[in-house]
Amino acid sequence: MLINCPYCGPRPSEEFTQLGDATVQRPASNDPKTMDQWFDYVYLRDNPKGRFKEYWHHGGGCRSWLVVERDTQTHEIFGVTTARDFAQDQKKGKV
Amino acid sequence: MAGFRLDKGGLIDRATSLNFTFDGKSFTGHAGDTLASALIANGVHLMGRSFKYHRPRGVIASGAAEPNALVELREGGRKEANTRATVIELYDGLAARSQNRWPSLNFDIGAINSLAASVFVAGFYYKTFMWPKSFWEKIYEPLIRRAAGLGAATHEADPDKYEKSYGHCDLLVIGSGPAGLSAALTAARAGARVILLDEGSRLGGSLLSENEEIAGGSGYDWAQAAIAELASLANVTLMPRTTAFGFYDGNVFGALERVNDHVLEPSPYEPRLRYWKIMARKAVLAAGAEERPIVFGGNDVPGVMLASAMRTFANRYAAAAGKSVVVFTSNDSGYRTARDLKAKGVHVEVIVDSRKEASADAAGIPVLKGRTVADATPGKIVSGVELSDHMHIACDALAMSGGWSPVVNLMCHKGAKPIWNDRLQAFLPPDIGSDFVAAGAANGAMLLSEALREGAEKASRAVGELGFKTKKAAPPPCRDEAYAAQALWWVKESHGKAFVDYQNDVTPKDLPLAAREGYSSIELAKRYTTAGMATDQGKLGNVNAIAILAEAAGKSIAEIGTTTFRPFYTPVPFAAFVGPFTGHHFMPVRKTPLHDWAEEQGAVFVETGLWLRSSWFPLPHEEGWLDPVIREVNAARQKVGLCDVSTLGKIDVQGPDAAEFLNRLYCNGFAQLDVGKARYGLMLREDGVVMDDGTTSRLAADHFFMTTTTANAAKIMTHMEFCHQALWPELDVQYVSVTEQWAQMAVAGPKARPTLQKIVDDVVLGDETFPYLAAKEISILGGITARLFRISFSGEHAYELSVPADYGNLVARAIMQAGEEFGITPYGIEALSVMRVEKGHVAGGELNGTTTAADLGLGRMMSTKKDYIGRMMAGREGMVAKDREAVVGIRPVDRADRIRAGSHLLKKNDRPSLANGQGYITSVAYSPTLGTWLGLALLKNGRERHGEIVKVFDGIRNIHMYGEICDPMHYDKENKKLHA
Repeated sequence: MLINCPYCGPRPSEEFTQLGDATVQRPASNDPKTMDQWFDYVYLRDNPKGRFKEYWHHGGGCRSWLVVERDTQTHEIFGVTTARDFAQDQKKGKV
Repeated sequence: MAGFRLDKGGLIDRATSLNFTFDGKSFTGHAGDTLASALIANGVHLMGRSFKYHRPRGVIASGAAEPNALVELREGGRKEANTRATVIELYDGLAARSQNRWPSLNFDIGAINSLAASVFVAGFYYKTFMWPKSFWEKIYEPLIRRAAGLGAATHEADPDKYEKSYGHCDLLVIGSGPAGLSAALTAARAGARVILLDEGSRLGGSLLSENEEIAGGSGYDWAQAAIAELASLANVTLMPRTTAFGFYDGNVFGALERVNDHVLEPSPYEPRLRYWKIMARKAVLAAGAEERPIVFGGNDVPGVMLASAMRTFANRYAAAAGKSVVVFTSNDSGYRTARDLKAKGVHVEVIVDSRKEASADAAGIPVLKGRTVADATPGKIVSGVELSDHMHIACDALAMSGGWSPVVNLMCHKGAKPIWNDRLQAFLPPDIGSDFVAAGAANGAMLLSEALREGAEKASRAVGELGFKTKKAAPPPCRDEAYAAQALWWVKESHGKAFVDYQNDVTPKDLPLAAREGYSSIELAKRYTTAGMATDQGKLGNVNAIAILAEAAGKSIAEIGTTTFRPFYTPVPFAAFVGPFTGHHFMPVRKTPLHDWAEEQGAVFVETGLWLRSSWFPLPHEEGWLDPVIREVNAARQKVGLCDVSTLGKIDVQGPDAAEFLNRLYCNGFAQLDVGKARYGLMLREDGVVMDDGTTSRLAADHFFMTTTTANAAKIMTHMEFCHQALWPELDVQYVSVTEQWAQMAVAGPKARPTLQKIVDDVVLGDETFPYLAAKEISILGGITARLFRISFSGEHAYELSVPADYGNLVARAIMQAGEEFGITPYGIEALSVMRVEKGHVAGGELNGTTTAADLGLGRMMSTKKDYIGRMMAGREGMVAKDREAVVGIRPVDRADRIRAGSHLLKKNDRPSLANGQGYITSVAYSPTLGTWLGLALLKNGRERHGEIVKVFDGIRNIHMYGEICDPMHYDKENKKLHA
């Protein structure tokens, strides 16, 4: 399986480690009333069949965190972006 | 002695004779032989004993599918079990032994199992060895393993080298027969990067063993010309002796190249095997088809073999299987064997064709149509056959052909199922998209002209999708052998024992039995009967097994379907996956920059992760570890000690937002840390549990020097990258691991200051000029850059000094010299650990992934004025519960007792049992300072239990003693020594 790292080009998946769902967003508030949001963010994860965006770390390469969108059933990869760009888009509400 | 060497022909080098042994007996063969062909040419048919009934077995196939002729190859550390004689290239000095026989292959006592065959039916293990339960592990299993076995593995280390490699190509062609060569030529001529691999020792596939005509010449000559053209092209890589064993995500193929399996000993500069990961943009499967046996009585007797195998032995290896041959076939291809053998002067007695109507060319050999062979005469070599109508025909070799099965395996490795085709009576590969397609016989194209055309067409389409333009060219003209087949799985008139799966001794009666007992799903039947298991994975038997099960279950073959195809196509030695990564190449040794100095001082090293750390420094008269550790602790507490702490993770953090970044990572504040100051920091995980601790110093407003624990160095770096890139990309901060770049040493003890004063340039180490927690970049020894921190893990007046790694040994020696007058002593991590336990500092035992900051007595560090990783979850109910286990100190009530880490703490009068556990001891040390063993522990509600006497229960040694709970800081509670 090859992952097309935006910095390093297509690299074998063994160079990467995977963290999980990239679409969860760390809550901004520390207000105790937001505890449920925090609980969801820290503990609750979907395990979808099909398209899935997840964090991958290129630890054996440029050390970038990436967001890889792939099909969890076929392992087809649809796109790779840096976690940095993804986070900035997320903060702007684009994702 | 049925087999013999033909006088002429074959792709063997008769001028080169090779000596080899089989079961200790010497034989001669020729270059180009396999072990199987050389044995047949020497008249040896008996090559092994079967798994369950210990029946005499010979070669059935001529290639990778061979289930019977499994041998132990080579000696000593190079010994390999279960190798197939049909794919072992002969070399001078080859030594092979038969398997699963005792005392000898010729007389095998286990053969009496045949007499008790009625108990060895499908599922007999489960039925027979059920009770008593206690017998299974000690009696039944070892007994069965000894009696029913394959070869034995060696216990010696493998002396050979192994490699791993990556391959990249536009088109991967698997198989180099007519379809594969045609595909490779088409793609290569268009300029695509082509890899052509084949499991055989030579490229050419079936063209090496069949009489074909292509482009007006022989198929062999056409193949040689095609291979020569491919070899001349720079964009083509030819890989003979290479098996594609698996198909994986992203069109990645696993392949095994047998670089030096065909020589006695590999060159010391070359590997035996090379493991390939081939990234193919497109791939064509041209792996051909496998001939099927027919299930009849004695279809396993030596001398009975596949018609194609007998043909291959004669045509390619000039080895005749017998002097008088009967051919039993259900299709046209049996006739090829009869004709080729006759042309080579081998007598073919008769062709028995199960079909009433057949029009294939028999070349004048008598044909019995609409008849079947019911039984081959049992024995160590076949001596005749009996037809279903009881007609007896004498022979010394029997060729059988039950039709052909395309080798679809690789195309099904990702879960797709092959599709049954009634016309061909075979499973064909599924359509899995345009990146991996099948061509030729692998795709059910059984005619030579179809194979040549399909190879070219499929390759043209594949590389066309990549933008390569292929020239339209008609495939070369060739002669086709008609192929028509009739279903024939099992000759039910048989009397003798018949086999569906040779390697597991599965009979056709086992499958209906499985169906009757409820295992009619093919996946269940496989596991119940073991058909399709073991080293050959049922390459020959599976389709027959499916057909027989289908009939028993009253279903069609398509309904029954196949079992799941998984990697590996053929067995791959573990050594190939390990590659060069053995010993220190598997786990490299990390030496600290002070390693040479520590060695000079006589350090005893300990492996911690990859690091070698100095654990203690024994003097010549000291034995064991306790005496040197006591001496080292006393020296550091009373005089001055020097310890290598270079393994700490070190991260250089810079940028305008460096302070803010650290502020969000640590639970305590870093934004307000003064330049020139160090601070102890505690990091939580997002779930509120403590992750790591360390001292971080501010060298400039926008420059921090961070340390982590040795164990978590890599994890913290990755965590920081995640937090910065994924959570807070707006922060302007850079950071890099500098663990390897800085040597770091602790100088601790009442004489630390005067010792260091002698080596620093221009700094007065006074309490005013360099107070506790000062952190500064200084120069030492007349100009060496260094960073000095007044911090202490030991509890003494202490410093840590960082210098560029290359200066480590030099500076350590200079400190030893400077401290000589004060009695400086090197100390290792054991002494370091003793002092931190005495001082109550938490470390790995307490930062164990379950503790909160409050559990560690560090709750007040958690800021309430900022967001940081873990803040919110650290406040959840369970994380702040009153009865959580908190860090306490513990000492034995009887000062002579030794408490042990891991012991459980119980209420004083509770029965020793884990059910009564109140906590456990996390760290212990013998304290020379206090003259007793002491420790740190996690104890329920521990902070309110100081002074309580508890029971210390060591369940492993099954002993208990009493301990007194106390403050974790066993030593110098007032920090007088620290600030001295």
